[in-house]
Amino acid sequence: MARAASPRTAAPREEAPAQGSGNGGGANVSKDELLKYYREMLLIRRFEEKAGQLYGMGLIGGFCHLYIGQEAVVVGLEAAAQEGDKRITSYRDHGHMLASGMNPRGVMAELTGRIDGYSKGKGGSMHMFSREKHFYGGHGIVAAQVPIGAGLAFADKYLGNDNVTFTYFGDGAANQGQVYETYNMAELWSLPVVFVIENNQYAMGTSVRRSTKSRTLYGRGEAFGIPGEQVDGMDVLAVKAAGEKAVAHCRAGNGPYILEVMTYRYRGHSMSDPAKYRTREEVQKMRDERDAIEHVRQLLLSGGHASEDDLKAVDKEIREIVNDSADFARESPEPPVEELWTDIYADTIPQAEAADRNA
Amino acid sequence: MATEILMPALSPTMEEGTLAKWLVKPGDAVKSGDILAEIETDKATMEFEAVDEGTVGELLVSEGTEGVKVNAPIATLLAEGEEADEAKPAAQPAAEPGKGESAKDETGEAPERVPAVAKSAVESVETRDPAAEAPEWPEGTAMKTMTVREALREAMAEEMERDETVFLMGEEVGEYQGAYKISQCLLEQFGARRVVDTPITEHGFTGIGVGAAFGGLRPIVEFMTFNFAMQAMDQIVNSAAKTLYMSGGQMGCPIVFRGPNGAAARVAAQHSQDYAAWYAHIPGLKVVQPYSAADAKGLLKTAIRDPNPIIFLENEILYGRSFEVPDLEDFTVPFGKAKIARKGRDVTIVSFGIGMAHALEAAEKLAGDGIEAEVIDLRTLRPMDTAAVIESVKRTNRCVTVEEGFPVGSIGNHISAVLMEQAFDWLDAPVINCTGKDVPMPYAANLERLALVTADEVVQAVKQVTYR
Repeated sequence: MARAASPRTAAPREEAPAQGSGNGGGANVSKDELLKYYREMLLIRRFEEKAGQLYGMGLIGGFCHLYIGQEAVVVGLEAAAQEGDKRITSYRDHGHMLASGMNPRGVMAELTGRIDGYSKGKGGSMHMFSREKHFYGGHGIVAAQVPIGAGLAFADKYLGNDNVTFTYFGDGAANQGQVYETYNMAELWSLPVVFVIENNQYAMGTSVRRSTKSRTLYGRGEAFGIPGEQVDGMDVLAVKAAGEKAVAHCRAGNGPYILEVMTYRYRGHSMSDPAKYRTREEVQKMRDERDAIEHVRQLLLSGGHASEDDLKAVDKEIREIVNDSADFARESPEPPVEELWTDIYADTIPQAEAADRNA
Repeated sequence: MATEILMPALSPTMEEGTLAKWLVKPGDAVKSGDILAEIETDKATMEFEAVDEGTVGELLVSEGTEGVKVNAPIATLLAEGEEADEAKPAAQPAAEPGKGESAKDETGEAPERVPAVAKSAVESVETRDPAAEAPEWPEGTAMKTMTVREALREAMAEEMERDETVFLMGEEVGEYQGAYKISQCLLEQFGARRVVDTPITEHGFTGIGVGAAFGGLRPIVEFMTFNFAMQAMDQIVNSAAKTLYMSGGQMGCPIVFRGPNGAAARVAAQHSQDYAAWYAHIPGLKVVQPYSAADAKGLLKTAIRDPNPIIFLENEILYGRSFEVPDLEDFTVPFGKAKIARKGRDVTIVSFGIGMAHALEAAEKLAGDGIEAEVIDLRTLRPMDTAAVIESVKRTNRCVTVEEGFPVGSIGNHISAVLMEQAFDWLDAPVINCTGKDVPMPYAANLERLALVTADEVVQAVKQVTYR
């Protein structure tokens, strides 16, 4: 299915996430790297658990989409990124923000709608941005971020740098028409964009098999000439390896690449989820057998890279960071009422100022 | 009996064209489907085919003649056995001296043999009372006559020259030279990197434009018409307009969405709609709808430099109209500043875009009846210079609004509400909104005329509010 011009393209795999495939990509991975991924994935999980708690306490309102279960996707892909690369995603965005290095305090304070949040409390869970970390949101309309991501890549190509944009969307968004409009132009203009389909197998409550007869989602790129592959999204090393391949393809000027990352969301679509569309056993089986964090934990222990005590120390450190962010988010004041009327129109382009500062 | 071959209308809004080239000569036998001539309009060059069989008699309009009116005879076609001489049509009346200034066409000369068609003021060259306008350029500035089309092209070219991050994208903006020729020669001047032809994919390329703006560029996104922008509405409203706010001021979207808006002529419901009120509804957007070429140029340059998303609503019928434009190196017009297009003391007529043509025509007619109307051109709908309207109404005590859009939730409704709230004590009559009718645009010529707002309706409304 991959086009002949891209020999690096993997052959398609039709199966669900590979069962315990070990360190994907067969790369020799250092202890430091493994620990880093463990730490980053754990931060996302504990952060999301805390967000769930705060939601239950009424401190977070509205929609809140948790990333628990999918941590290996962003952590693996961030490991393939370099400074200057951009990322953009949907409303299930907390993990992406933490993985890109955004401050947990600022993210949590945005969830509680406070002035110290990334958007001064005006965006909420679904709308955060960081020019410093090249994080372009946080978009609430399913698939709207896909052409925007290609547009970011358009800008980089126009400006003549070699940055790549990671454009994340779900298996649900993959059925929106604008994705295919974007595929067409991204390939037509050889835009340096990695389309990352986070296939967590449920669009809200509709499973992939109930929404399409396409055998794969990445395979739809073939119609536009875009190579791609399926990746085991529960294996951070496999994700990283695939990410490196995709990024190399883009950076070499070969145009876009599609990664269909097979993952799983343990929690509901949002905080109010009927949990009727899949069995508890299915969820439990994924948690028991395929958990991405547990996988790395076993690699660290079995490889003799870390002791139980070492990992407990990491757990403790992460809990402290998360608790600190929650305390911060509770204590930060609500935005002053004057904020209602600010940021509607700009006097100068804010991101241009950021670029000047970074220059 | 010889038949006359008439100048064809090759597009819905074509009123005249250039006979670029004859491909036949007297005595040639032609049959249906043969190409007779190449005809150029301001939009395109097209081949004109014969529909009847016969022998070409006389070519009535010589090659290269500009401003040949639609339906003017351009040649004669002889039936079998006819002689050229007997086929000569009866002498045409010489071109009428014209209805005052209004018969002057873009070139300033009417070609021979072409009967001048009486033009309404709506179609006239804008030469009204420049003294009535507050000067927006230094006294003594040289002026040049320019169509709205040329003004828009010049604005884009100047800004692209000035700022490397400005680029144009859209359907047919490059190699085709623009569906309405607004981007003529820009590809040649700036190359394919900066004049980007897109596939027909509004939702997608609008999103790409928004992303490019987030990413540090200043895109000009051309919609072939704003009717097609409805497919991209989510990206315009949810992504372009709201991101600055949602990001707490971190991420701006400097982008211009531009293209023809409103009714053209005989293109029916899906291609004839004025979106002014739709976009003016959205905080985060700025909405511009110019009437004159000078405003088109000055406002478009301002739009391209603005750090916010701009909706720039043009009008196909106005593209070919000529106006005086100041010949300045860098002429810009600020947003949020209405223009008093005509001074008067009896009533305030507020309009924008092509509505200004009806407003000005009505004011002219009213002057004949002794009613002096003040005509305000809003120019930008968001921000809207309501202060200028209130100021005027405090002097005239009456107000009529004119727009092409639908009546419910119209710009006129908004102005009425503002006047109720802020100038109630100065009003001597209810404000009347002249709008397009509350119906989808019909195709039939007579029904289309009825659906559109007219100068006569404006005259009637003014008489109503002035109790005449």
